[in-house]
Amino acid sequence: MRQVLDKGPMNKRSVKRKNESSTWHITGKDIRRNWMIYLLALPVIAYYLIFHYGPMYGLQIAFKDFSPARGIWGSPWVGFKHFMSFFDGIYFWRLIRNTLLINIYELLFAFPAAIILALLLNEIRGMMFKRWVQTISYLPHFISIVVVAGMMFDFLSRDGLISQLLGFIGITPIDFLKEAGWFRFLFVSSGIWQGIGWGSIIYLASIANIDPTLYEAAKIDGANRWRQTFHITIPGIMPTIVIMLILNMGNMLSVGSDKVLLLYNPLTYETADVISTYVYRKGILEASYSFTAAVGLFNSVISFILIVSANAISKRVSENKLW
Amino acid sequence: MGAQTVGEKVFGIFNTILMLGLCFVTLYPFVYVLFASFSDATAFLQHRGLLLRPVGFNLDAYKAVFQNPMIISGYKNTLFYVTVGTAINLLMTAVGAYVLSRRNLFFRNFLMFAIVLTMVFHGGLIPTFMLINKLGMMNTPWALLIPSAISTFNLIIMRTAFQGIPVSLEESAKIDGAGELTILFRIIIPLSMPVMAVMILWYAVGHWNSYFSALVYLRDRTLYPLQLVLRDILIANSTDSMSTGAAADDKYAIGETIKYATIIISTLPIICLYPFLQKYFVKGVLIGAIKE
Repeated sequence: MRQVLDKGPMNKRSVKRKNESSTWHITGKDIRRNWMIYLLALPVIAYYLIFHYGPMYGLQIAFKDFSPARGIWGSPWVGFKHFMSFFDGIYFWRLIRNTLLINIYELLFAFPAAIILALLLNEIRGMMFKRWVQTISYLPHFISIVVVAGMMFDFLSRDGLISQLLGFIGITPIDFLKEAGWFRFLFVSSGIWQGIGWGSIIYLASIANIDPTLYEAAKIDGANRWRQTFHITIPGIMPTIVIMLILNMGNMLSVGSDKVLLLYNPLTYETADVISTYVYRKGILEASYSFTAAVGLFNSVISFILIVSANAISKRVSENKLW
Repeated sequence: MGAQTVGEKVFGIFNTILMLGLCFVTLYPFVYVLFASFSDATAFLQHRGLLLRPVGFNLDAYKAVFQNPMIISGYKNTLFYVTVGTAINLLMTAVGAYVLSRRNLFFRNFLMFAIVLTMVFHGGLIPTFMLINKLGMMNTPWALLIPSAISTFNLIIMRTAFQGIPVSLEESAKIDGAGELTILFRIIIPLSMPVMAVMILWYAVGHWNSYFSALVYLRDRTLYPLQLVLRDILIANSTDSMSTGAAADDKYAIGETIKYATIIISTLPIICLYPFLQKYFVKGVLIGAIKE
């Protein structure tokens, strides 16, 4: 999916394929001659059929009243009942709002943060210093989300480090993770802390691919660093930015449950509960399978539409595309 | 570099300070946790503000952590999931990538389409959960190993790498009588070591850090991976089992430093290996960025 840079290596096999005639004729011979390759394909095909298409088959329970005794196939059809009860339910708008807002904040703050870091790193003259900063900034990406959440719990509790520091300037302690008003800020800013360095790699690589003669020409024309950044570097990495933006748009209605599940609690559901955590609670913990399968399907379909249309729009306006 | 204007110099200094600030904000939480883990529990509770060294050095927290059977079994389980899981990942991904890199495979384009489709549309948590249940994998290690055997993203990257290998090598091996498996394991994989290294790292770190599938599929606590044990200790606050020896008053106090020691112990392998492996990860991001 992250197929960003346009100039990949020439695909040697596909070049060769164009010179060959009649694929049907060749495949017929190929199966007899290379039966082993088809044998190797079997476990991979089986894996995708069972673990990816299997759940898609199971999705029909979204339109049924699933009962374990009758199985997926035998359960009675109920049409859009579960979708309707989700749309009419008291949590529908809260879930949509929370999911969208977290994504919008990430788009507004986390997304540009990585680009800005890449631009700033690009301006560092000392190569050693630059490498050190990069190495350090990538580190949190490899720390497990459980540990990150654990540290947040400790630092942000009523007598945690942050409250202690705020105490020095006379602010009363706050139990940050128990207040709904703080959740989005903490979720997004901890995400930036963890992901900013890693996110900048792709843009740094893209900057490195810009033709150096452009900068030399700009220097001769008297452009300072600032102007070079705005007229060469940023336009140069625009295709990468657009692709990353498409990917983000496609994920507009999904926030992974992993992190929210660790950080939220009933006190913060008002701002923290997103579609995926709702599905986890209702589906896995309360076992209402049909209802949550419907919620999940709704989410998948919207995401699918979003990513396909983001790609189509981008293709039309800028010729950047994922596929 | 040529002469700098005053503005550029000022910006340079500002930028350096900003980057140093970023490094501090990134590293200090770990430093704080490290110092806190070596601190005396009661002294630490009375301490306010940043830690510049451990307060009242002692190792009680580490002793408590190492006596916790859950940490030990979590570590063992995680090592198992990481090694076996990564081995399964590599085998399946390499075989899949090899098959899909074949130029005149029957139904190749259809297969490719069907596989890529799973990246943009999937059944979701509940149908997958029911499937795992139906297959009898619930509450077994298989639930963490098999359903995630192939990451489609990695499969496509590996396929692209395999396609870059000249077909002539493969053809001459065939003339010498080599079978498909020989070609894959003796020619294709050895020639793709950089990509394989990246895949090992991605898959291994993924297994090391994941907790969600264990949370959903495992009930038996003796099967818990380290991350799920950590979740109980760090998030659900159950350090009690570790500090049962301590007097009631000290229980809360030592509970805090135990948390920090737990973080250090569980993160240490990653932090120690990270500087050496970092360049491979970066290479991996760039491989992933190249259009197939």
